[in-house]
Amino acid sequence: MLWACILLPQLALDGVLRRRPGDGPLVLVAGAAHARSIVAANTAAREAGLRVGQRLSAAQALSAPFEALPYEPELADRWHRFLAAVAYRYSSEVSLLPHAIVLEVSRSLSLFGAWPRLESLLRADLEALGFRHRISAAPTAHAAHVLAGVADGQAVLERAHLRHALQRIPLQKSRLPAAAVEALPGMGIRTLGQLLSLPRDGLRRRFGADLLLALDRLTGDAPAGLEAYRPPDGFDLRVELSHEVENIGALIFPLRRMTADLAAWLAGRDGGVQRFVLQLEHREGITEVAVGLLAPEREAGMLFELARGRLEPVQLPQPVLAMRLIARDLPPFVPAGRDLFDERPAHALPIGQLRERLRARLGDRAVHQLGSTTDPRPERAQKVAARDDDWQEPSPRPTWLLDRPMPLRGPAPRILAGPERLETGWWDGGEVCRDYYVVETAQGQRAWAFCAPGERAGWMLQGWFA
Amino acid sequence: MGAVLPLSSLLDARRVWRGRAAPAPAGEQPTGWAALDAVLPAGGWPEASLSEILLPLDGVGELQLVLPTLARLSHGSRPVLLVAPPYAPCVAGWRQHGVDMRRVEIVTAGEGEVLWAMEQCLRSGSCAAVLAWPRQADDRALRRLQVAADGGRALAFAFRDRRHLSNASPAALRLELEALPQARVWVRKCRGGAVPAQPVALSRTLS
Repeated sequence: MLWACILLPQLALDGVLRRRPGDGPLVLVAGAAHARSIVAANTAAREAGLRVGQRLSAAQALSAPFEALPYEPELADRWHRFLAAVAYRYSSEVSLLPHAIVLEVSRSLSLFGAWPRLESLLRADLEALGFRHRISAAPTAHAAHVLAGVADGQAVLERAHLRHALQRIPLQKSRLPAAAVEALPGMGIRTLGQLLSLPRDGLRRRFGADLLLALDRLTGDAPAGLEAYRPPDGFDLRVELSHEVENIGALIFPLRRMTADLAAWLAGRDGGVQRFVLQLEHREGITEVAVGLLAPEREAGMLFELARGRLEPVQLPQPVLAMRLIARDLPPFVPAGRDLFDERPAHALPIGQLRERLRARLGDRAVHQLGSTTDPRPERAQKVAARDDDWQEPSPRPTWLLDRPMPLRGPAPRILAGPERLETGWWDGGEVCRDYYVVETAQGQRAWAFCAPGERAGWMLQGWFA
Repeated sequence: MGAVLPLSSLLDARRVWRGRAAPAPAGEQPTGWAALDAVLPAGGWPEASLSEILLPLDGVGELQLVLPTLARLSHGSRPVLLVAPPYAPCVAGWRQHGVDMRRVEIVTAGEGEVLWAMEQCLRSGSCAAVLAWPRQADDRALRRLQVAADGGRALAFAFRDRRHLSNASPAALRLELEALPQARVWVRKCRGGAVPAQPVALSRTLS
């Protein structure tokens, strides 16, 4: 067993910071209305002299203007679960600990490579999502949690080395039951090493079974006893904007974050998304922007670009207060195969993605194919997305077809071929009875034109032999 | 080296240098019109470049000029895209020219979006040929298309009105179609060779 622990020291703050572009001083405050105090401060705020634990009133007296937002535990909890879903990509055994995520990675190493490589993958993911973190690895989940709390990047890969690694850890950082951590230093016990060498039944008599169980979980003598995390079956992300947004341009930055989150989440469950909805929340009512794709996708840049293409033409009836991304239709994703010796240029776009890009800007029906039907009437002889067959028309057919026939102006054309009589459609109200000719106009254009049977006047243009 | 070798095998293996110019290499993208291929420096369409086709009117044989090429490309691995064609392509007519319509995609785009769509298609590298009918294309726009065609290794065809002939163009090849007194093609510009003085006749068969 090898457990990785991702410690998230500033989960709530990062969750707030990542959806705003600026980096001015900002703090999160909590507590009763008259005694609010700072629970988290960003770098700029700490440089301005603000400290966690300070009263808000004291901070306001001390420092230049800064932004204070309420600390929302449920928001931090949502980000916590979101990151667990991201970590699910690397292991099927993921659990939540306070301010941390642990995942069992011993079996993932054969897929992702040795621990340093897996660690760098985890770090790259968290970096891209904008969450500060500390990562450690140990043979037990609780030991990894303790190690991450002491220093970043520690790894104990062998069970045999675990006790040695725990020797020097001070009790304050050991995450053992609080009563024991308070009482033990008074007895001269300051490190985990000292505690582990004490006789067990004496410890049980003084501190109860809880401490022994915690110690056994730490060293791996007892099972970790963690509840496994299960990723949800739908993606629902809501971002409240810091101010009322009146033009679409200001929604692009949060949109980029949201689609990147969706992509990370999809990668975690190894799925794709075929349809998702952007809800723009106003004071009254919401505007919905649906994004539909031809095939499941999960690439962050692609999802962003498509969503942006759909969002940009939207006219906002009212200012936007919050944006929400909901994805329920999550089919399995099969990555397109590429040739090993593909000669296409580096920035090439597969035809499927090209179609999506064109559709996002030009409309859902912008890209289509034509196929023939069995109807001989030119107006109905072909339609969009019909299945095309190989049947060859024996009489000449033009290359351009007009949507509906129009009079052929100018002097009488020269007849090159014809007539070809078309008489059909009496049963469905679209009856035609026409003689088709191939004619050449005075300007040298070749046209497919028809007139009433037997007449050679009143030419109607149906297509061009371009 | 006492062995007796047939001369032809040596020549075929190119181990004997002959003091005579080798026949001009067959073009990678023949137009399908032998007379036209003969006068074009690349032996066909310039590879991965923009070709401009200037016409006096619709329906003077502009599609016949490119249909042999499209028929060949539509049986290849990459599809052919038509961006904002002026009329609907007639499936039966195109098929009579040997085009596989399952490999032809039509992109409808407003006048302002034609150039953008064409550039995207060319740049993607997943289209064999892109045909477009831009109404408003200046020198800079055409240069972008030329660069995109080069980047995406695709053939680009821009069909424009004959009045644009007097404006300079960055296209690698400019052809002008003439309908009267008979259908002929003038090569107005071709990169990599002298412009032929005589037009090439275009025989217009009915499919």
